[in-house]
Amino acid sequence: MKAVVLVFPGINRERDMARTLELVAGAKPAMVWHAERELPAGTDLVVLPGGFSYGDYLRCGAIAARAPIMEAVRRHAECGRLVLGVCNGFQILCEAGLLPGVLMRNAMLKFICRDVYLRVERSDTPFTRGYNAGQVIRVPVAHGEGNYIADGATIARLEGEGRVLFRYASPDGMIDPNWNHNGAINAIAGILNARGNVLGMMPHPENHVEAAMGSTDGRGLFAGLVDHLERAA
Amino acid sequence: MILNELAITPELVAQHGLTPEEYRRILDLIGREPSITELGIFSAMWNEHCSYKSSRVHLRTLPTKAPWVIQGPGENAGVIDIGDGLACVFKMESHNHPSYIEPYQGAATGVGGILRDVFTMGARPIACLNALSFGDPKHPKTRHLVAGVVAGIGGYGNSFGVPTVGGQVRFHTRYDGNNLVNAMAVGLAETDKIFYAAASGVGMPIVYLGSKTGRDGIHGASMASAEFGADAEEKRPTVQVGDPFSEKLLLEACLEIMAKGCVIAIQDMGAAGLTCSAVEMGAKGGLGVTLDLDKVPCRETAMTAYEMMLSESQERMLMVLKPEKEQEAEAIFRKWGLDFAVVGETTPSMRFIVCHQGVQVVDLPIKELGDEAPVYHRPFVETPKPPVIRAEDVYAPVPLAETLETLLATPDLCSRRWVWEQYDHVIGGNTVQRPGGDAAVVRVDEGPKALAMTADVTPRYCEADPFEGGKQAVAEAWRNLTAVGARPLAVTDNLNFGNPERPEIMGQLVGCIRGIAEACTALVFPVVSGNVSLYNETKFAGEESGRAILPTPTIGGVGVLDDFAISATLAFKAEGEAILLVGATQGWLGQSLYLRDICGREDGAPPPVDLAAEKRNGDLVRALIGERIATAVHDVSDGGLLVALAEMAMASGIGAQLDASPSDIPAHAFWFGEDQGRYALTLRANAVAAVVARAQAAGIPLRHLGTTGGDALTLPGERHMLAANLRQCSESWLPAYMAGGPA
Repeated sequence: MKAVVLVFPGINRERDMARTLELVAGAKPAMVWHAERELPAGTDLVVLPGGFSYGDYLRCGAIAARAPIMEAVRRHAECGRLVLGVCNGFQILCEAGLLPGVLMRNAMLKFICRDVYLRVERSDTPFTRGYNAGQVIRVPVAHGEGNYIADGATIARLEGEGRVLFRYASPDGMIDPNWNHNGAINAIAGILNARGNVLGMMPHPENHVEAAMGSTDGRGLFAGLVDHLERAA
Repeated sequence: MILNELAITPELVAQHGLTPEEYRRILDLIGREPSITELGIFSAMWNEHCSYKSSRVHLRTLPTKAPWVIQGPGENAGVIDIGDGLACVFKMESHNHPSYIEPYQGAATGVGGILRDVFTMGARPIACLNALSFGDPKHPKTRHLVAGVVAGIGGYGNSFGVPTVGGQVRFHTRYDGNNLVNAMAVGLAETDKIFYAAASGVGMPIVYLGSKTGRDGIHGASMASAEFGADAEEKRPTVQVGDPFSEKLLLEACLEIMAKGCVIAIQDMGAAGLTCSAVEMGAKGGLGVTLDLDKVPCRETAMTAYEMMLSESQERMLMVLKPEKEQEAEAIFRKWGLDFAVVGETTPSMRFIVCHQGVQVVDLPIKELGDEAPVYHRPFVETPKPPVIRAEDVYAPVPLAETLETLLATPDLCSRRWVWEQYDHVIGGNTVQRPGGDAAVVRVDEGPKALAMTADVTPRYCEADPFEGGKQAVAEAWRNLTAVGARPLAVTDNLNFGNPERPEIMGQLVGCIRGIAEACTALVFPVVSGNVSLYNETKFAGEESGRAILPTPTIGGVGVLDDFAISATLAFKAEGEAILLVGATQGWLGQSLYLRDICGREDGAPPPVDLAAEKRNGDLVRALIGERIATAVHDVSDGGLLVALAEMAMASGIGAQLDASPSDIPAHAFWFGEDQGRYALTLRANAVAAVVARAQAAGIPLRHLGTTGGDALTLPGERHMLAANLRQCSESWLPAYMAGGPA
């Protein structure tokens, strides 16, 4: 798997992401600076990591979405190749129009860092083939603006097309407002684009890939991507 | 010749926080009247915050050396060797006054400042901690301050990208007018790549890096060196505004140019900004410095020399670069979108010379600016020793189970989840033990080595007996590191006190430092960095003298684990394990939370710390963790033994059947006394006999407390205390209070 991690000024989970990709895929990803205009040839997966691009002083992700490298990311996505945006990366993808909707401030108006439970809704995507549909995984969140919202028609379309891949849930997989820490509509934690090759999600699977850190539940996402690309090759 | 655009009047001198004697000292030193800019510089260099003039003679008594200490106090941060060519760089610093005036920005820039201190030395920050003291929950401002300070710490650290992994939060009415924000940062560097402030070489370019200079924070350090009056809020313009985004860029750019070998010396612009950093670089290197203020990147127009020299705008650095590497360094800074300007050079003259618009506005002897700062042997009176309260004389008003539930829901003992969930504590992917345990554990790179860290002090003990309280703060930090299995290595101390010009406050400072020195020496736990914050008191309208905070010498401790997998957490691990208490219990209720929160009394002598026993007990516990014999370990501190056991049960959901207390100690004193040097731990049943024999051989008191199992704590004659209910008690108060619920 030839992976690339984008580095925007103010991004701060790029090292976590790079380490996880290396750990699971066995190869160091290329770190690509936001001012570049091209992705390395043969890039399979582009990852937009978490952080506070440009300080998130404007709307989260709004400035990064207009960085020079994003044109190349758009072309990469248009070719059907894979893009993963985590946390700030998800916000950037929404601001860039590669995913629908927007991330608002958490319903409680506070930054929240804690382990949450996610129900994996489908296992037949490149991003979730490492899991079973209905499986509950535990991964951390760390964000102040993760409250996903879109207009009614968009939500209906996302749901109708099965593009919600992860939902906040109770440990036994029930959708319950008490377990939806940011108030996202339909407990949405991660969504796919229409073509199925761009995933944005708020939680941090890259922080739960080693038993030493308390859980390896995030590993399935990366292992699934490696598996998908190996089979495709 | 320095032109004076403004007459220096006694009023102006007083406004700069300088006494008439101090001003005379300036006149003697320079042989003429200072310019207004020079007066500002003296004010910045000679205030309490920068010069330690009241504490210096006492700080010298602290032990600062051990074979593993690479750099003790005096640099931006302390440095210790943690083996394998790696160094841990750490320091704690207060941002008390600004955080009261403007809680979000005050706390945020406190975090920013301490992070800068650590990466200035070439270290990448890997963790932050903080110790927060707030006023009475019933005070109308407390909620606002808690919300603002916590959001500010999170806002800065989360964006910068460092995990905030531990700390302390307390409430007491004595912090009503002065909350405390002590921020600690811990970083990692290679032992042979540590950077220092001392400039070297004549004619070297001095480079300004980072954000632009504005009018924010002018006189911040002087403000922090005076007590608050009724006009505290009017001091808001002296608080700086933080920009964690710029700081993150500054971190990456600094580490990059350090790795490329461009840097000779580096100093961050913290308190007293450009003044302090330039003077330190020159004075430490035995060189003069000339600055050209026309080259300083400014955010605002028409800034005067005075404003530029005293601005405390954040996220700025001063460096001496290798001339041949200047272009390479500049390219790196431009890539990160940061300002880069050559603003001066080193000179052989030992003068500090500043030019602005072609005019020389400052010409001062550089060494004397720092070295000749006044040092005061302030008079002090020792705090009288309070009487020891006998446990037999304390009436137990309520049954044990109810007492436990009440204590767990008090502001000082309840869960701090509401606080630390607002801090990103997992970024970095190395947080092995998250907040909520005795010490945080952060893996070093890919491991197996890890660092343990904690911040501790018990101010009510320090108030009652500064010497014992100082000892206890150090012992508690050492114990918390030991409880996770780490070898304690060194501390940073953050001494927060009232007005040192009052002999009884000075007595607290002197007593606490004596206690800290004694404990650090006995435990071979040297002080490698620190900060002193005085004048934490408020004079309310119509009052003769100010009301001081409780003496609060916060101790930040760091220890090392050779393998993070061989460590302990406080959660009970399995049913049917033996629970043991290491250390002696006599049922010490003086200054306990039981006495305060159940009996309504804040009195008596605090529990004494027997440092020899402390070391013996801790060394045994650490060995039991290292040999994988102890399955769960918890330090016994605030609230006493039953609170500690409840915390072990709440963390796991596993209960315990506890034995009756010994007949020679009243039950409430046994379960809620705060005797020092104690740990609760669990062992598999078949390991007990050998451990008992070991403790006996080492002369360490060991007591069987009960057996883990079930879902409740049970005590003979008491109703069951369900772990889930206890958790409810512990978790409820803070979120409810912050949502507007009862104090």
